[in-house]
Amino acid sequence: MKADLKEALERPASPGDLQPVIQASNLHKYYDTGTVRVHALRGISIEIRKGEFVAIMGASGSGKSTFMNIVGCLDKPSEGTYFLEGTDVSRLSRIELARLRNERLGFVFQAFNLLNRTTAMENVELPLIYAGVRAKERHRRSLEALARVGLSERADHIPSQLSGGQQQRVAIARSLVNHPSILLADEPTGNLDSRTSVEIMQVFQELNEKEKLTIILVTHEYDIAEYARRTITFRDGRIVKDQPVAKRRVASEVIASLPLLED
Amino acid sequence: MIIFFTIIRVAFQALGRNKLRSTLTMLGIIIGVSAVIAMVSIGQGAQATISQQIANAGSNMLFVSAGSWNQGGFRSGAGTLSTLTVEDALAIQRECSAVRLVSPLVRTSVPVVFGNQNWMTSIQGVNTNFPAIRLWELEGGSFFTEQDEASAQRVCVLGKTVVENLFGGQDPVGQEIRIRNSPWRVIGVLKAKGQSGMGQDQDDTIVAPYTTVQKKVLGITYIHSIMVSAISQAASSVAEQQITGLLRQRHRIPASEDNDFMVRNLSDLAELANSANRVMTMLLGSIAFVSLIVGGIGVMNIMLVSVTERTREIGIRMSVGATGGDIQFQFLTEAVVLAVFGGVFGIGIGVLSSHGISTSLGWPTLVSTSAIGMAFSFAGAIGIAAGWYPALKASRLDPIEALRYE
Repeated sequence: MKADLKEALERPASPGDLQPVIQASNLHKYYDTGTVRVHALRGISIEIRKGEFVAIMGASGSGKSTFMNIVGCLDKPSEGTYFLEGTDVSRLSRIELARLRNERLGFVFQAFNLLNRTTAMENVELPLIYAGVRAKERHRRSLEALARVGLSERADHIPSQLSGGQQQRVAIARSLVNHPSILLADEPTGNLDSRTSVEIMQVFQELNEKEKLTIILVTHEYDIAEYARRTITFRDGRIVKDQPVAKRRVASEVIASLPLLED
Repeated sequence: MIIFFTIIRVAFQALGRNKLRSTLTMLGIIIGVSAVIAMVSIGQGAQATISQQIANAGSNMLFVSAGSWNQGGFRSGAGTLSTLTVEDALAIQRECSAVRLVSPLVRTSVPVVFGNQNWMTSIQGVNTNFPAIRLWELEGGSFFTEQDEASAQRVCVLGKTVVENLFGGQDPVGQEIRIRNSPWRVIGVLKAKGQSGMGQDQDDTIVAPYTTVQKKVLGITYIHSIMVSAISQAASSVAEQQITGLLRQRHRIPASEDNDFMVRNLSDLAELANSANRVMTMLLGSIAFVSLIVGGIGVMNIMLVSVTERTREIGIRMSVGATGGDIQFQFLTEAVVLAVFGGVFGIGIGVLSSHGISTSLGWPTLVSTSAIGMAFSFAGAIGIAAGWYPALKASRLDPIEALRYE
């Protein structure tokens, strides 16, 4: 199985035969702060296809977070168009944006953003509550999602009883439970040690390979970006570099080469 | 639909995670609601007692008592004049068309002895109209007759309290008691009537022919007062005028001088007491209501703090697809749950404390369902009012800002 995975990971992505999930053209975002107009995005055009694994790089203030917020339907562009699976997001109301987030997007954050004093299971269930899924079905699907990230037996633990890596896995399970089109991960390894970071990247690589899940990952660490297939670099609100990853890292191999840590 | 039920459960869970705070917040509502219920039930209890007494006393009863004398500016108390006579009473019966029945009344305090028991009580000398005027029935035996009255027999009818204190378990009818060393025959027992509006025990009395009391106990020829029942409650003020006119004429009082007697209309008195009580109830109720509003402000305050404190939670919920409406509904539900549960506990405590008040202080209380219903729906309304703004504030948060909130 490992060999299969490795082979699959080394195979170049073939975007030509796949549907675009994200089509953005000439996105601008500016904030008016009294007299000064702050430009966060200055004309971003990009297309991301189904099954891609994209790393977005850039210094802070480069506009990558603003871009992610727009892609994540948390914010709307000031100018330009953004189509998510053919839907023109810039024309949607707040309620429609919420529904889109619920049905098509999964978020993973640097700070995990789990509800504390709430079990892993209940955290994973959260998107299903707002999708109007019945309790029984919610339980079934949450357990399934927890199994996908290898945390079945921690379903009734609350975040403070879990390690950072486990908390991030719960967050990933939550992002997967609604079978989204895209998984958006904003610095998902920023709060984790290097071994756990690689473990999280292994989860991402498996989801991307086995389930053809589209993943967009924001990071400022080059080695983390190398687990993706394509890197896009932002600077001053523009894309300055967009290229496939030349020498891709395979998380399972990296873990095998790491010395074992005592727990 | 499923979403709503689930969000209601989520709201309960959120409150459950912060039990101390939820309890303290509810406390405001609990105190408010229980205060409203306790206060209103005290007021309504007093009102009910008064209405009961109007009915008991005979709502169309009038009371004529001798006035006070006035000599060189020194005025004595009411009833100190000996101007009323049996003839006055008979004249009222004869000449006032609005009057149905009349009884003279003489009264004094006497020690009563039976066997080795003794009891200090009041003896009322009346005529045979007494039971009909006071609407007072006998429990056993019979009332005295006109013959008893005419021949000033030492016969008497006992009130319940006197029976209890002198006879214990025995049947007093046919027994002989001693009043001021003379033997009296007990011929009947009055039914228990309870306290009067002034808190006096009406059953602590002995009723006897006025002639006997006049001659054999007091040694007087005048009477203290006259009990009158009007032909109807509506006619009682007419009766009052007729009696006043008649007595002024009989007592030859010039137009420039005051009456040497007083006519009191009991239904007026009761009405007055009742309206005073209603004002009191409203006053107590509104003070309690203020505390309910303060409780509501407490809920609002906590909900506002809660929205700020849980900004991140709101951001998380929004990022996974909660709409502003979902968030608003959750926070509104939390506020309403706090208020409604506070209301339920408040009702329980209010009912218990009004029972406690009536048993420990002996005040009559009446827990009315309308007061409970009103307090409860006010609590619910306060929940909605107090939760509305915080919930709206929560629903309008920007998800990006909310997620970034520390």
